[in-house]
Amino acid sequence: MRIESAAAYEEFRRRAREAAAAHRQEILVCCGTGCLANGSMRVAEAFAKELQARGLTAEVGTFTKRTGCHGFCQRGPLVVIQPAGILYTQVKPRDVAEICEKTVANGAVVPRLLYKNPADAKRVEHYAEVPFYANQTRVAMRNIGKIDPTDIADAIGHDAYAGLVKAMLEMTPEQVIGEIERSGLRGRGGAGFVTARKWRACRSAGGERKFVVCNGDEGDPGAFKDRSIMEGDPHSVIEGIVIGAWAVGAHEGFVYVRDEYPLAVVNLTVAIEQARRHGFLGKDILGTGFDFEITISRGGGAFVCGESSALMRSLEGKVGEPRQKYVHATDKGLFDLPTVLNNVETWADAGAILLHGADWFAGMGTEKSKGTKAFSLVGKVKNTGLIELPMGMTLRDIVYGIGGGIIDDRPFKAVQTGGPSGGCVPESLLDLPVDYERLTEAGSMMGSGGMIVMDDRTCMVDVARYFLRFLTEESCGKCVPCREGLKQMLAIYDDLVAGRGKPGDIERIETLAAAMQLGSLCELGKSAPNPVLSTLRYFRSEYEAHIFARTCPAGMCRDLTSYEIVPELCNGCHLCFKACPADAITGETKKVHTLHQEACISCGACYDVCPTEGAVRFFPKSRAAAEREAV
Amino acid sequence: MSGGANDAGGKGTMVTLTIDGRVAKVPEGATVLDAARAIGVRIPTLCQHEALEPWGGCRLCLVDVTKKDWRGWEKMVVSCMFPAEDGLAVSTATERVVATRKAVLDLLLARCPDTPLVQKLAREYGVERTSYRENPEPTDCILCGLCTRVCDAIGVSAIATVDRGAGKEVAPPFHEAPPDCIGCLACAEVCPTECIPYQTSDSARTIWGRRFEMVRCPHCGRAHITREQATFYAGRGGVPESYFTTCDACKRTQMARTFTTLSAVR
Ligand SMILES: Cc1cc2nc3c(=O)[nH]c(=O)nc-3n(C[C@H](O)[C@H](O)[C@H](O)COP(=O)(O)O)c2cc1C
Ligand code: SF4
Ligand code: SF4
Ligand code: SF4
Ligand code: SF4
Ligand code: FES
Ligand code: FES
Repeated sequence: MRIESAAAYEEFRRRAREAAAAHRQEILVCCGTGCLANGSMRVAEAFAKELQARGLTAEVGTFTKRTGCHGFCQRGPLVVIQPAGILYTQVKPRDVAEICEKTVANGAVVPRLLYKNPADAKRVEHYAEVPFYANQTRVAMRNIGKIDPTDIADAIGHDAYAGLVKAMLEMTPEQVIGEIERSGLRGRGGAGFVTARKWRACRSAGGERKFVVCNGDEGDPGAFKDRSIMEGDPHSVIEGIVIGAWAVGAHEGFVYVRDEYPLAVVNLTVAIEQARRHGFLGKDILGTGFDFEITISRGGGAFVCGESSALMRSLEGKVGEPRQKYVHATDKGLFDLPTVLNNVETWADAGAILLHGADWFAGMGTEKSKGTKAFSLVGKVKNTGLIELPMGMTLRDIVYGIGGGIIDDRPFKAVQTGGPSGGCVPESLLDLPVDYERLTEAGSMMGSGGMIVMDDRTCMVDVARYFLRFLTEESCGKCVPCREGLKQMLAIYDDLVAGRGKPGDIERIETLAAAMQLGSLCELGKSAPNPVLSTLRYFRSEYEAHIFARTCPAGMCRDLTSYEIVPELCNGCHLCFKACPADAITGETKKVHTLHQEACISCGACYDVCPTEGAVRFFPKSRAAAEREAV
Repeated sequence: MSGGANDAGGKGTMVTLTIDGRVAKVPEGATVLDAARAIGVRIPTLCQHEALEPWGGCRLCLVDVTKKDWRGWEKMVVSCMFPAEDGLAVSTATERVVATRKAVLDLLLARCPDTPLVQKLAREYGVERTSYRENPEPTDCILCGLCTRVCDAIGVSAIATVDRGAGKEVAPPFHEAPPDCIGCLACAEVCPTECIPYQTSDSARTIWGRRFEMVRCPHCGRAHITREQATFYAGRGGVPESYFTTCDACKRTQMARTFTTLSAVR
């Protein structure tokens, strides 16, 4: 049914909520990409069968629901039992009968499936008490995990399109842009550009035909926030886009979805169809006479296609290469017509801002970075996943609070933020409040919200090399500083980690970095030196060690590192023997083990598994060579 | 966007800017590079050609620009694309501009260590030998994209850049003799480093591994065009093929004859 007035929307939402309230119990099975990969579909099917067999059907008020990603894929498949709010982790189909028996039928918990807090090894019963969730504030991800993304009534019951209804039926386009402006919303996909400024510029650009575009290309390795939003709550994205389109006066919109995101495409397609049927999209939206259509476009498959000008080329059906432009896309964007391009998360925020008001959003965050931000927290932390926090939370609270600290309680070394062209923030800045300005001042950036936590077993030279390698492969190759500069920079780093570093390398890296920053055509090349410059800034001594002493202080560069077993400390646990991929360790259980240098490939596996402090240690390969010489 | 000051003219509006302190007046729509050339300020370029849309790939034509209300802030832009505007102040040789151009040439020299044009430009910026790792497989191609762009402009698009990043190169599809190529040699002629090999004679022409038959001028018998060229041009222009197969010299002779006949009649 089409909704054409605020009253009709209210009525629809009231009925959706009433229907939901009639559910005595809801079993939410996470069917995001991460949990699906871990077999959650079979869990969902097992629930359907088991509940049927027990007569616990919809008729008696027991509902199952397949939701989007809860962000905690590491512990998936996740199952949440509502209204009790019980969270079960790593649920297998064989656990389903027990859950139905104990929890669904009798209201008791299954302790072994509860989340175990690594801090105190205690089981946590409720979703809201798990530290990973307790410290989050969700705006863009407000409904993910709560709703069935393919059911618009469920979404509306959770306020989907309420912001749109308010914007279009109670406000003028100028007021909408003013509201977005007062909220302080800035771009969540790249440089943090002020969203309202883009919208206003596009609105005041001349011409009849304008576009709004949603950037769902998400090319950063390991990032998945935009995927989760598109899959888990596509309505929040559509709602934001329609609000934006209406505010700027565009009648055509595109969602550019990364090619590897098939589920996002499916869920968006379903949602678009439902939104159209309900009058939120298509002709005469909400009975206002405003027409707007959204087309989904599959990405070009390269990281650089996420860059604004390359994305627009790709949408035009051309090769997705960046274009030098000295006019804003809001004047000449897609097909050289005025265009607003925003990230998925930015669009998802817009609807919530319209609904709850600019003051509510601006009440969160820091002076110049308002609201919340989604991050993908990965690396050497105990809890990894997708999180959303108010801007300004400190890195320490993120790493040690939400992340639960470093795996094996090793020392923290750095956190890399901002994706491949972000930077590394060292331990001395752990109390840095995370916002656009602070991260930039620290030599990193917000980017789209990647956070990779690193422990002491991380070589910062090698980290920079890792990102350089990625960027070298992903540079489009159009301009000289980026194409040739990255290639040469990578060659220097290949030398550094192999012990072939030369005096002058650091200076050459710095010269290249400056030329790339100043001379490259697009932001890929301009920001590519960030990982290099930030590691040089905070970990310069590690570079010097590689060059002058030919050692890797972290003991990670294989060509520079040797391992040995300290006989006095080895307790013969035999774990290193099992871990060694090169058969370089001999010894029997409960006897002292021996590491044979000739066979050792310096992989460090023995060091990492050895449970006895100090029994396996690493030292510079140069020393091993010198000793061999002496013998 | 304009290829040169000339095609932008005619509208009448002129803009005035300064380049290294000297005043330049150019038609609106001209680029900073056009303006510099108009007053004889030399800016090095490698990927720009007056007949083609600017592209901004070589980054050699970088300059610093500023405006009054930028309060001293300078922005580095490529002059081949940045529009000339009233009140713009351009500096073509600031320290960072020179340093960046030098780094670009140093990098190009590493890629193309044996290419005379690159060597010459690099030397102008004080680079005799590259500071970086020399290309183990030296090439003369600087990836300026002129060849592919000229082929696109003709409407053929027989060649393209393939791959991205460090592995990028210019090639016909699948590295095979390009089926769409008409053998016009425009790509070879526009190439600043003359690195597209071809052979041409009265009977045949070879480029990109493809062989073309030459068509002889019906009047003098000289061979100056391939059959594919004649067909392609005729197909596009709606002009008979014989117009294109007739060589320029014979066209002139014909024209002169026509004039003579006309005046005789008169
Ligand atoms: C190499 C490169 C890749 C990018 N990839 C993405 C991406 O995947 N998603 C995205 O939203 N923005 C990406 N951006 C940033 C976009 O160019 C653009 O700034 C952004 O989509 C604008 O939206 P926002 O203002 O809402 O952040 C990328 C930028 C660069 C230079
Ligand atoms: S900076 Fe890199 S990615 Fe961007 S246009 Fe230049 S070569 Fe391509
Ligand atoms: S470092 Fe790797 S290869 Fe060497 S002994 Fe240990 S496990 Fe074996
Ligand atoms: S010779 Fe072939 S490839 Fe070269 S410009 Fe002419 S048509 Fe294109
Ligand atoms: S072949 Fe010549 S024209 Fe083509 S990209 Fe290479 S250098 Fe430029
Ligand atoms: S997919 Fe289930 S928590 Fe991410
Ligand atoms: S001439 Fe301007 S970038 Fe090449």
